[in-house]
Amino acid sequence: MIRIQENFSIFASLRQEIISSSPFLMMPRALVGILAAGLGALLAWVMLGLPATSGRVPALVAAHMNRSGVTHDVTAVLLNFRGYDTLLEIAVLLLAVLGVLAVRLAAADTGGTLPAPPGALLRALTNLVVPLMVLVAGYLLWAGAHRPGGAFQAGAVLAAAGVLLRLSGRLPALLPPRFWLRAGLLIGFAVFLAVALGMTVAGDALLEYPAAQAGAWITLIEATLTLSIGLILVSLFVGALAPDGARGKTDA
Amino acid sequence: MSAGLIYAVTGALLFSLGLYGLIVHAHLVRKILAFNIMGSGTFLVLVGLAQRTDSADPVPHALVLTGIVVAVSATAFALILARRLFAASGRCTLPGEGEA
Repeated sequence: MIRIQENFSIFASLRQEIISSSPFLMMPRALVGILAAGLGALLAWVMLGLPATSGRVPALVAAHMNRSGVTHDVTAVLLNFRGYDTLLEIAVLLLAVLGVLAVRLAAADTGGTLPAPPGALLRALTNLVVPLMVLVAGYLLWAGAHRPGGAFQAGAVLAAAGVLLRLSGRLPALLPPRFWLRAGLLIGFAVFLAVALGMTVAGDALLEYPAAQAGAWITLIEATLTLSIGLILVSLFVGALAPDGARGKTDA
Repeated sequence: MSAGLIYAVTGALLFSLGLYGLIVHAHLVRKILAFNIMGSGTFLVLVGLAQRTDSADPVPHALVLTGIVVAVSATAFALILARRLFAASGRCTLPGEGEA
């Protein structure tokens, strides 16, 4: 069922240096290097001259923290003050995974390949750490309300657990996405969007939670976001694994 | 020079290093890696500049958190596009660039 690929087709050619040769980039590497170094020096020089204050935004955030529903300022910015960014972010994630599902090689559905055979050590390690990782993801989600943590960190840990499961052969390759996978990919964005629209209809601005219930709404959104982010990142990984039929002409 | 400023200046240097790699290399995987180095430099600038004062500015930190996740997913999409190109043409460079 799981075939092993000895040869990372697209990466095989990485060993040889291929220098860009498009007509308008024919200038020598040294010149590119000098220009890039000059840009870096210019950026650094500008930064060294910046005034040491961050403007009045931190004070605004601090002044409105009691209305945000959480006590950690980064989470308040992410899910409340600038919730719009986060809503668009999960939309971008969804677009990326839709793109991967759309252009993935057909062979990714029928088994795919693993970069290495799952050894006994990897299997044992996966058994040990995956339950712990799920626990850590739950903790990070809970911690986000009052200290560094939240949906993104928790989703990333869940995704790492999924990658381990895939590498140890426990998780099947990306099957033609069934209902539950689709629902899982979508639920974070759908719940977030529903809450945002609901707030608009209820009379306030888009994503402006009533101060008393802000914490509850943020918790609901973060929990569904965690699930979706984890599933999306795992799908990106599994969908991008090398299928057997992908060997190109350059491979000997 | 505060620690935050050192991070920001390092970010600017990483950005120019990534820009150099993006221009010089034709291999798509190298280009994607170089672009990620540019992105990491940008994040470092945002995070570094935000914590030059005693209380860090939470807004750039939230923006970087958002940016990291978007960068990871865009990288995955770029990689699968590169893989698709390789499967279709046997090349891992853009048309008109160095031959594989």
